[in-house]
Amino acid sequence: MSRVRSGLPVSRGLLALAIALLGGLLVVAAPSAPRAHAAEEPTRLTVGVVDPTVDSLNPFTSIYRLPTQIHRLMYDFLTMYSAEDATPTEGLAESWEHSDDGLTWTYTIRDDSTFSDGEPVTAEDVAFTYNTIMADDSGAMANASYVANFESVTATDEHTVEIKLKEPSASMLAIDVPIVPQHVWENVGNIAKFSNEGDYPIVGNGPFVLTDYQRNESITLEANKDYWRGAPGFDELVFRFYKDQDAVVEALRKGEVDVVNELTALQAEALEKEDDIHVNFGVGKRFAGLTMNPGAKAKNGEPIGDGNPALRDPEVRRAILHAIDRDAIEERVYGGHFEASGSYIPSRYGDYHWEPDEDEVIGYDPEEANRILDEAGYARGKDGVRVSPDGTRLTLRQFVHADDPQYRQIAQFMEEWLDEIGIEVKTTPSDDIGGILDTGEFDLLFTGWTVNPDPDYIFSIQTCDVRPAKPGAAYQSDSYNCNEEYDRLYEQQRTEVDPEARAEIVQDMQKVLYEDGVVVIFGYPEMLEAYRTDVVEEGSLMLQPAGTGNIVGQDGYWSWWSAKPATGGDGGGDDDSSTGTAVLGVGAGVVALALVGGFLVMRRRTATADDRE
Amino acid sequence: MLGAFISLLAVAFIGFFLFRVLPGDPVRAMTQDRKVSLEQLEALREQLGLDEPLWRQFLDYLGQLATLDLGTSYQYRGAESVAGLIAEKVGPTVLLVGTATVISAVLGTWLGVRTGWRHGSTSDRVNTGIALTLWSVPTFWLGLMMIILFAAGAGPIPDIFPAGGMRDPDVTGWALVPNVAAHLVLPVITLVAVVYAQYLLVIRSSVLDEMGSDYLVTARAKGLRDAVVRRRHAVPNALLPAVTMIAIDLGGIVAGTILVETVFSWPGLGYMFYEALKVPDLPLVQGMFIFFSAAVILMNLLADLVYPLLDPRVRR
Repeated sequence: MSRVRSGLPVSRGLLALAIALLGGLLVVAAPSAPRAHAAEEPTRLTVGVVDPTVDSLNPFTSIYRLPTQIHRLMYDFLTMYSAEDATPTEGLAESWEHSDDGLTWTYTIRDDSTFSDGEPVTAEDVAFTYNTIMADDSGAMANASYVANFESVTATDEHTVEIKLKEPSASMLAIDVPIVPQHVWENVGNIAKFSNEGDYPIVGNGPFVLTDYQRNESITLEANKDYWRGAPGFDELVFRFYKDQDAVVEALRKGEVDVVNELTALQAEALEKEDDIHVNFGVGKRFAGLTMNPGAKAKNGEPIGDGNPALRDPEVRRAILHAIDRDAIEERVYGGHFEASGSYIPSRYGDYHWEPDEDEVIGYDPEEANRILDEAGYARGKDGVRVSPDGTRLTLRQFVHADDPQYRQIAQFMEEWLDEIGIEVKTTPSDDIGGILDTGEFDLLFTGWTVNPDPDYIFSIQTCDVRPAKPGAAYQSDSYNCNEEYDRLYEQQRTEVDPEARAEIVQDMQKVLYEDGVVVIFGYPEMLEAYRTDVVEEGSLMLQPAGTGNIVGQDGYWSWWSAKPATGGDGGGDDDSSTGTAVLGVGAGVVALALVGGFLVMRRRTATADDRE
Repeated sequence: MLGAFISLLAVAFIGFFLFRVLPGDPVRAMTQDRKVSLEQLEALREQLGLDEPLWRQFLDYLGQLATLDLGTSYQYRGAESVAGLIAEKVGPTVLLVGTATVISAVLGTWLGVRTGWRHGSTSDRVNTGIALTLWSVPTFWLGLMMIILFAAGAGPIPDIFPAGGMRDPDVTGWALVPNVAAHLVLPVITLVAVVYAQYLLVIRSSVLDEMGSDYLVTARAKGLRDAVVRRRHAVPNALLPAVTMIAIDLGGIVAGTILVETVFSWPGLGYMFYEALKVPDLPLVQGMFIFFSAAVILMNLLADLVYPLLDPRVRR
């Protein structure tokens, strides 16, 4: 075997590689250089969002979360939810009143709001927006539920809107519909087909104006300096899309983005140790829980699925409630970043949240659970698993979201806890929890919902009326729950216009759910977020609710509107080291070239030597 | 040619039924956590054509296909059509995959020739070992390591490269060229690292096959230098399998970059396919499936057509 090698092709290849390498390094270094330290550079706040979907920028048809949040920045709503405690506060309407029968609501539209093209915002725009949703099927897709109870909407003068209702409603200060400029939208043709993309800047009157959108990449907004509530602190607000949570955390550490959310406990704790990064533990907005199959039935009485009949017995459900240790979930599953609670409405909504009195608490007490089951006649079989008086074995099929590690851990705890009281649990992780709910073929089913400031909808999904009309029909129920007392209270709160009276009813409803045990709440996971304090002035971001709340995904624009550039930072969202990077890049390039050059010389020598063999 | 067409037709049929089996209700996924009335749910179902029986949906789908219409995406309702979406996102993917494939092919071939020619040597063992190790590394993990080390920076390593995306949002015009190039570096390195071993191994064994050939002995006997024997005689013959591989790769990797596009948030077809699967966004998933398959079929066809030009033996 010959050991002869050639120099020429090798050196050519290496040379090409070296040039490519050098080019790459220079290229990397180049873009950052001109951006550094330009005094009149606009201040920019960049938010890293993970795995968002932007279905459309059209507020009449968009139903996904990120675009819905962006619409809050682009357009005013009639009323808003305060940053303080998410109770109704002024938006485009500066004041409102309702008739004694609660059927006519009159809103006064502020006169200091203009659209970004200079046109004033009037009552006509409000009436146009609502009427479009009511009249036009194509405009109804996203927001029909908000206007379903409207009889008519009229602009009685330039600054007054009158809404007549079919029946009184408690939710008239919770109409989450962006008000669009009539002079633009009356000309768009078929609203369902209109994307609202491309024609930038998009005319709106919110605190920010959308100036660019790149699908699956980013959304850019510019501050509306004339916004009636005051100009936002940053000149630009950018939402950058990432696919991976770990990658976005690195982007924050690097300074590519300035705010991130949906952190895991591990990520949050690691980021807490970093300089220039502030971690925010926002009080939970979402409940984590499970439902017990109450013997699922359609509205026509036909049974759905095959839930274990033992769960229809309130005593069994009560025993299971006593077997659940919420504190263990808080500490051992969520590492303390969780608020253990059995109530349906999270504590962030102080007026609506209910806490059981001491004698009402159904706490962790396996002995009591065993006593209840013994007394109710569920004797333990030979293998320790109980059997109902009519011979049904207490084996429960539990389904849990396969993609949620915390839920799966809770599911494991459930197996252990119920094992202690003689109930066998078999867990199946699933990607299609909704499909399992459809079939009714489950006993325990994990669930979770984000709760909005107006609780009407979240309560509605536990009423008898939202169950399917017959098996296989469409439905909204989250549990097949059907409780007469609960339904009676639900109807009351729905039309109760007085906030205090409504809060009282709402609390009673939670008590009913808590004691009934079909819907079991574990508590509320905290919202883990972080931002760079060398870009955003620490503490300038308003939280919702004040002091304890979250930054991203607020019901409103408070955090983005209030954020101020950090003094001394470059506020550009890019790191200060760009010049350093450039120098470093060139340096590395030169070194690489020298190395490769030296190598080539060496190679040539060997090659010649070999050739002479 | 006819075979390719029949394959494509089969793909179109399979594409429809394959994804109907996916778990999950698109309407539920889309309206998750949102206040929607029963009427809205039903209207949405009707709008998406999901209220129709399956055979009806299939006929509609075939009808659309006959006119080369891939339908409209469920979730990207701002976009005109599935075909438009694919056209919009094929550029970024081709840029990423194309760059990576060219580099992998060149690097893999070069190393393959060297290692094959000197098989059994230390450099052969080291090179093959490295390539195989990188080949076995999970793509996602490697990508993440790249980001942690070279994007965020660790210790003395500077944070030169971007952590994700294809460009910075405020960059426009000619400044895009260096900006995109910078964003391209880490994903390309990741992709190359995982892929080049294929080329290396195929070329290496192909060179090994040629080594004992009589024509090489003849060439040497003519007194040619060893390097010339390798370059002029052995390599051109050994390269043949690489042609097929590049063709298959170019077609196949388009779909196969899902992981790299995901970890680097690269806004291409892989990212969009992943996004579409979650809903599931049936028209988009089907459309992309057909597109990916068509790419593979087309590239294979191309390889079949090019091969006889390169290798006279298959012309018969």
